[in-house]
Amino acid sequence: MKRTLFNLFALLVVFSLALTACGGGAAPATEAPVVEAPAATDAPAAATEAPVAAPEEVTITVGFTASQTGAQEVSSKRQVNGFNLWMNQVNEAGGLTLSDGTVVKFAAQSYDDESTKERVQELYTRLITEDNADFLISPYSSGLTAAAAVIAEQNGKLMITTGAADDDTYKQGYTGVFQLYTPGSLYLTSTVDMLKTLDPAAKIAIVNESDKFSTAVVGGLKPYAEAAGFEIVLEEAYASDTADFGPIINKIVDSGATVVLGGGHYPDGSTFARQLYERKVGIQFIGILVAPPDSKFSELGDAALGVTGPSQWEGKATHTEEEANGLGIEWFGPSGEEFSAAFEAAYTDKPTYHAAGGYTAGLLLEKAIRDADSVDSEAVKAALDATNIFTFYGGIKFDTSAEAHGLQVGHSMVVIQWQKNEAGELVREVVWPADVATKAPIFPITAP
Amino acid sequence: MQQINLLLASLPDGILLGFVYGVAAMGLTLIWGVMNVINLSHGPIISLGMFGTYIIFIKLGVNPYLGLFIVAPIGLLLGILIYTVAVHRVINAPHLSSLLATFSVNMIIIGLGTAAFTTSPYNVDFNMGSVTLGSTTLLGTRLIAALASVIATGSLYLFLYRTRPGKYIRAVANNRSAAELMGIPSSRILALSFGLGTMLAAISGALIATFFPFSILSGGGYELKSFVIGVLGGLGNPIGALVGGLALGVLEAIVPAFLETSWVPVIEFGLFILVLLVRPNGLFGAKQ
Repeated sequence: MKRTLFNLFALLVVFSLALTACGGGAAPATEAPVVEAPAATDAPAAATEAPVAAPEEVTITVGFTASQTGAQEVSSKRQVNGFNLWMNQVNEAGGLTLSDGTVVKFAAQSYDDESTKERVQELYTRLITEDNADFLISPYSSGLTAAAAVIAEQNGKLMITTGAADDDTYKQGYTGVFQLYTPGSLYLTSTVDMLKTLDPAAKIAIVNESDKFSTAVVGGLKPYAEAAGFEIVLEEAYASDTADFGPIINKIVDSGATVVLGGGHYPDGSTFARQLYERKVGIQFIGILVAPPDSKFSELGDAALGVTGPSQWEGKATHTEEEANGLGIEWFGPSGEEFSAAFEAAYTDKPTYHAAGGYTAGLLLEKAIRDADSVDSEAVKAALDATNIFTFYGGIKFDTSAEAHGLQVGHSMVVIQWQKNEAGELVREVVWPADVATKAPIFPITAP
Repeated sequence: MQQINLLLASLPDGILLGFVYGVAAMGLTLIWGVMNVINLSHGPIISLGMFGTYIIFIKLGVNPYLGLFIVAPIGLLLGILIYTVAVHRVINAPHLSSLLATFSVNMIIIGLGTAAFTTSPYNVDFNMGSVTLGSTTLLGTRLIAALASVIATGSLYLFLYRTRPGKYIRAVANNRSAAELMGIPSSRILALSFGLGTMLAAISGALIATFFPFSILSGGGYELKSFVIGVLGGLGNPIGALVGGLALGVLEAIVPAFLETSWVPVIEFGLFILVLLVRPNGLFGAKQ
């Protein structure tokens, strides 16, 4: 009886925990909405002229969920901080003034989604139907955004997504979802371009997390690498909670690979990098997703040295107005230096690409409202469709075809690598594209 | 042939890891075996053990293996505290009550841990070198962790079978009412048992932190493995849990040699269901 009871409970618990894990992690429930109050900041993103007569003032509600708890907490917090910085700057500058004198200000309405898809769908429904949000920003991560996008589209609300690279969300026939990040399928193509200049004869092992985002990345990487003439000697996917990469590393060694590309998210990526280093298997180049651009990656010590990763934005190689002028594309918003300074002043933390993405999501909404000269959803949507701008974060332009409406086509990524500075400290350097690189890449990272 | 080479290369790693899984599972099965409580705070306590190593090594500069002598008593005291505050009052209530009580403790620890450490992963940059034997590389940290796990298991076995409090624990596990009639202070023994279970969870977490990065949420995965091992190895029997842990470690080494690594959890939990159906007393015939 006792044994049977344990077995029944064990079965129940295993399945419930497994389901929770699939949802992205468990966390305490909270339902209190967070309405963001403007904080003192300087350097408004785009200050507007004060109206002469007392203008009509409208407050636009921007709804989103934030992962205050659960697996996505850290990245989500950075993203939300970026968005709030933009919002505070615009509000403190007096808001946006439309041609009819209407002054538009912004208020954020957000809830803790606990890093789970179920909560995301419940809360986006609430944001739309009860809080009457005018526009939506996505949660952080591809999985959560896919869940939110369905709700936004069903309810006819515009959503700007950030922190969500998976291509599939934008190939569902949606018309009101607009992606800020470079799509997942292009995440490692810059790395392949760089590798071609370093070792055109490299043998590549593709080892990736078996989640939606990483699978999309690999889906784009493999044909691109093969078209570039590389031999793919191993393709291996692993479960999201994998901690022991020993068997996979044995497979890599057995395949004769000289280069490892793949990874997934921070936990598995950092674990994988550490174990590749500890086993000293002679890999000459490592390019993994998400983990390397995070400043915490340096905690790996020497295991971080030489590891590369794609980044949506880097403060060291921020995009400039000159670059936009050279491309003949309209520049909009503050410079990268102004953004970084304002972010550090507001949060005493250096901005990551998550923060830059959050800020730029707001910047994009601002630009669309300005171009539409209206807060009407249809007019703003038309403006987003026509967007072709350059910001400190890079280019922003959307696919407007029926097949992939809203997919980002204007933004490109940089490749970073952990190197040591003169003081022997680990620092993140931009190593590709060559025209914005702050250092030459270290290659090979171990003796062949 | 290629698969055999891969298997031989991966098997030692799986075995070493299996010892640590075994210690984690021992904590869970000990508590269930003695007091019929499924401890859902097991995972977060494993995570706290990980952070124990992090604080002791990174912040205090103490060797993580010496740190085990700090983590273990703290784990023991934490377990006694959890038992006293959350479990004792519902120990005779329906099982759902103790399940909800430990689940609440689970949420409290995760909440406090998230506030203190965020959910961001941490890493203990600790290296004990490696030994290469043919096609396999054995990491020093895993070898020592396996050794520490064997010592922990042996110590628990000796405690349960060679000491008076250990005999009390076994007596309470067999028949609490009869043990009370013999003058055994069952409440204190139950608290001690819960403390020992959490101590083992904390020790396993402290050892895992020496070779894997971790976050406050990492313990959940090892809690899942502990349930599988509990079914494989048997309840209240430390040796059974250790053997179950080894079986799981070996399975994790074997599967990638023949299939894609993403099949590991499918095979693991498939086996879990199979054992429940075919041998509900566990593969290794745990004692009731």
